[in-house]
Amino acid sequence: MCLAAPGRVVAVDRERQMATVEYFGNEREVGVALVPEVQVGDFVMVHAGEAIEIVDAEEAEASLALWTELYGLDDAEGL
Amino acid sequence: MDWTTLKGFRDPERARAVVRGVRQELERADSRLGRKLRLMEVCGTHTVSFSRSGVRSVLSDLVELVSGPGCPVCVTDQRDIDAMIETARVPGVIVTTFGDMMRVPGSRTTLQQERTQGADVRVVYSALDALKVAEEKPEATVVFLGVGFETTAPGIAHAILEAQARGLGNFAVLSAHKYTPPAVRALLDGGDARLDGFVLPGHVSVVTGTDGWQFLAREYGLPGVVTGFDPLDLLAGVGELATLIADGRAEVRNAYPRTVQEHGNPHAQELIRRVFRPADAVWRGLGPIPASGMAIAGEFARYDASRRLDLDLPPTRVPPGCRCGDVLQGKVLPTGCKLFAVACTPERPIGPCMVSSEGSCAAYYQYEPEAVEAALAAARRGPARGGEARGAAGRPGEVA
Ligand code: SF4
Ligand code: SF4
Repeated sequence: MCLAAPGRVVAVDRERQMATVEYFGNEREVGVALVPEVQVGDFVMVHAGEAIEIVDAEEAEASLALWTELYGLDDAEGL
Repeated sequence: MDWTTLKGFRDPERARAVVRGVRQELERADSRLGRKLRLMEVCGTHTVSFSRSGVRSVLSDLVELVSGPGCPVCVTDQRDIDAMIETARVPGVIVTTFGDMMRVPGSRTTLQQERTQGADVRVVYSALDALKVAEEKPEATVVFLGVGFETTAPGIAHAILEAQARGLGNFAVLSAHKYTPPAVRALLDGGDARLDGFVLPGHVSVVTGTDGWQFLAREYGLPGVVTGFDPLDLLAGVGELATLIADGRAEVRNAYPRTVQEHGNPHAQELIRRVFRPADAVWRGLGPIPASGMAIAGEFARYDASRRLDLDLPPTRVPPGCRCGDVLQGKVLPTGCKLFAVACTPERPIGPCMVSSEGSCAAYYQYEPEAVEAALAAARRGPARGGEARGAAGRPGEVA
């Protein structure tokens, strides 16, 4: 029930606070009241039919870089 | 990015390097404490991910990972489950729910059994989908069963506001929503948790932010690391906790910054504040915890099923022998329950921890084959033990 999955926003309906999100090849309408600034192309974390946050792609890379540093991996690509 | 198992790392050499790094930090932490580290994963999805990815077993000689009150289905009190089932029996009511609730045993039946007996119970994907049912069935009262934490509550709030905007009078929510930090506090105040740190829930923290957990360090002197659900996230969380403990630092850190912000999601917090009020709530295993529940605010009373329906609840019964309450407090592992794998299985669950896809017992049953083997072997060895377990399952429940 609590699983949340990231998906890519393909359309936003601001009036209804809904968006069409694609994940794993499927499209679904989800609520975007919690991420009013959402744009087409963003990645959002969807939980029980609501996008709960926009996932920061750059941050994701940054955390991988930190990992590289922390545990002496010379190159985090491919992880 | 699809790392379902450790084996799924594209480069096994790198995976090994990461594991080696985490193990090194765990060794440092263990030798500082002079014993094996004991960490709690608060979140049910973490429990499942640790088991499914193999991270739990890969690190098990150096760290004990116990699960906490992190599955919303599991922590729902028996009386609240009974209220949900009773709601389904009210004529003219359509109950809408997340699928996990269907098979949770109440004192007498389950929602699924009520459905076979004619109740209108529908599984929906979201509260917004429940609104659609209300629109299609204006003659019925559509009640959505609100079970969840900070992650789920804002979506429910969105649905209630949407119902108001659309003038839908036949929609209501039965709220069993809960705040997670008070449960963690209650555990620690209980005094017998014996924990060295917390693997903090990734998606609850999307809403609360790391801010929501600072009290761990400030008030209890314990470290906590927020993390996500991929094997790498899990390793990052444990590794960073080990580092903090090895260095003697009680801090709350974020190992999931691509999704979780320091202050959380302000829109989600605002929606929760608008639609809900903190109320006392009873947790399975933990008992009543002040201000840990989310009741629907007076302003939205017409959407509050607990006010609209006058339910007459029979006395509560919990299945004898079920140790869900202890499992949820980290007091025993699922394998510590005599019914585990012997009388209680996902096909014939006795307690909620075996029903929910995020329940600890279900996670161990599905992904820790040695644990299942050991439980079955023990039951075969001791006829008294096995017999007792089977007997207990066959007897009707006792009054709690
Ligand atoms: S609500 Fe989120 S954080 Fe909590 S158990 Fe579910 S997935 Fe984990
Ligand atoms: S194994 Fe079954 S009966 Fe035992 S604690 Fe888990 S859910 Fe309850």
